[in-house]
Amino acid sequence: MNGPRLWAMSRKEAIQLSRDPRSLALAFLLPMALLLFFGYAITFDVKHIKMAVLDQSRTQQSRALVEAFESSGYFTVTQHISHHAESDRLLGRGKVRLVLVIPPHFSQDLAGRRPAAVQLLLDGGDANTATIAQNYAFAIATRYSTELMGAGVAPTIPVVPETRVWYNETLQSRNMVVPGLIAVIMAIIAAMLTALTIAREWERGTMEQLAATPVHRLEVVLGKLLPYVAIGFIDVALAALAGVFILGVPLRGSSVLLFGMTLMFLLGALGLGIFISAAVKTQILATQVAIIGTFLPALLLSGFMFSIANMPLVLQAITYLVPARYFITVTRGIFLKGIGIQTLWIEGLAMVLFAAVGLTLATRVFKKEIA
Amino acid sequence: MSDAVVVRGLTRTFGEFVAVDNVSFSVAPGEIFGFLGPNGAGKTTTIKMLTGLLRPTSGFASVAGFDVNTQAHELKLRIGYMSQLFSLYADLTVDENIQLFGGLYSVLGDRFKERREWVLEMAGLKQHCRTLTARLPLGFKQRLALGCAVLHQPQILFLDEPTSGVDPLARRSFWDMIHDFAASGTTVFVSTHYMEEAEYCHRLALMNRGGLIAMDRPAALRLAMNEPIWSLRTDNAPQAVGALRRAPGVIDAAMFGRAVHVTLQKDMAAEDIIRDTLATAGRTCESLKQVTASLEDVFVSLVRHGGGAVVG
Repeated sequence: MNGPRLWAMSRKEAIQLSRDPRSLALAFLLPMALLLFFGYAITFDVKHIKMAVLDQSRTQQSRALVEAFESSGYFTVTQHISHHAESDRLLGRGKVRLVLVIPPHFSQDLAGRRPAAVQLLLDGGDANTATIAQNYAFAIATRYSTELMGAGVAPTIPVVPETRVWYNETLQSRNMVVPGLIAVIMAIIAAMLTALTIAREWERGTMEQLAATPVHRLEVVLGKLLPYVAIGFIDVALAALAGVFILGVPLRGSSVLLFGMTLMFLLGALGLGIFISAAVKTQILATQVAIIGTFLPALLLSGFMFSIANMPLVLQAITYLVPARYFITVTRGIFLKGIGIQTLWIEGLAMVLFAAVGLTLATRVFKKEIA
Repeated sequence: MSDAVVVRGLTRTFGEFVAVDNVSFSVAPGEIFGFLGPNGAGKTTTIKMLTGLLRPTSGFASVAGFDVNTQAHELKLRIGYMSQLFSLYADLTVDENIQLFGGLYSVLGDRFKERREWVLEMAGLKQHCRTLTARLPLGFKQRLALGCAVLHQPQILFLDEPTSGVDPLARRSFWDMIHDFAASGTTVFVSTHYMEEAEYCHRLALMNRGGLIAMDRPAALRLAMNEPIWSLRTDNAPQAVGALRRAPGVIDAAMFGRAVHVTLQKDMAAEDIIRDTLATAGRTCESLKQVTASLEDVFVSLVRHGGGAVVG
């Protein structure tokens, strides 16, 4: 390893990067766009579900139940209807997701201490939303009945299941998405940017010229890597700042640990990207292999979008080979749980291993060409 | 002083194809050694083995006293290499390219400043040091590539068809520089398929089908040509060429400018054959004289003896 040679390689790579608008956009605009897109637009939370009410009871109690739905924040009553036929029309056209039907004898049933049934009609077209809406509605109805019983002469106190949510108290999916997204963004940067860097040298014939100089293959790999590590750090910092200050995601753990882990992840992912680039030798093929080989697994098999525990066993086994899986555990752990190295050391170790493998592969692939 | 390049039985195969076949030669320090041959003759493969870019299948080669197989790194510190394709970074400026090579060859500090000045001066790029290399005319690019290849003052300079695509004037000035390097003690190893360039070399190796078919000074090669060559002028050159090619004792006939060059077998009554053939064909003979062989004639003749060129 020789300082001036490593520095010359890095400097050259950084200058080339700074003159390539496509790479710059990929490095800085894409991560920010993804962050805001996932942070704002794609939310797995269900709020302000539009609902209609068919109140056949028209009593103080029935109005109180409707009020309970509205004040929860999860539902917005947009229509009051008077016929069953209308509910079909509203649900069918997607005007509302849910219709609450309160039967005429609702108050009498309550007064007579009989089970007072209300009917919920749900649009199952979006199964996810429907399930969530159903659960919310169930919770609201349960609370409503306990309040009623508390006010009246209650012979028995009904058991109310109390749930407490840890780490993401408000169960905001944004809090899960942003730290995970940081890992996905790193995977994209690593794969897409480095995929081009060596393939480009092959295509332009500059690799041969490099190979004829005394530069070592490790100097080529590390020299090329350093500017991308810098970009990776800038991206993590920007994403963390945007996450905390714009999207309101808590950062409870150590930011030093976050950057340390990021470095490990980047070395592995970048090394892998360089390996792909060096192995296939054309920019187009390298980009495609990088997308299929690293970006898609990072998105789909890392636990970012789909819970690993719910995957078939074969896929679960494969996720152990996806570096982003470990990094997502790390980012979520540091952001949401504030846990430190004493808990995250296994993931850290896994990523050190990936870094070693990535760099070794990247260096090895030059063996035939650069002595 | 020991030889700059020593090659013994060097061979490289790609599967079944023998690209370089049992080649042996040596190059003295300060010599301009030319590698001449058609495309596919094995020139580039040989140069790649000598610069440590490609491993020989068998045989031995040493450059600047270092074995290409085991001491490639030491070797690369002492050579300069300019490849066939222009291969500097087009998206770097002239200065940034020079700085890159300065770093790669550890030419640093005051020595770098001095060498940078020298390269800019030599390449005539003083006013353009902040220009993107992509925007330079080809002739300047070539000289910049040469400058980067000699920035670290290598003992041996390898040039693989350095002037392809460059206009004759730029090529001439390029060769002036090569002669300057040689005069200052640098060994220059250059491959080409331009005959007039071959004339500039101190010594030439002719390569065809992976093997060396001749090696000598250009003048000696011309003298060694066995078959006599006659030059003639006629009223209808294309027709004369056709007729002469079918005549007995004629090896080849070809247009050479406005004249026709005829290569005949040794010890033939050349003048009689040519005059008879032209008369039979109804062509007049305006002039006829024997000429000394050009390098091209020598080359074509040698390649023909060697079984023809590999085209491709």
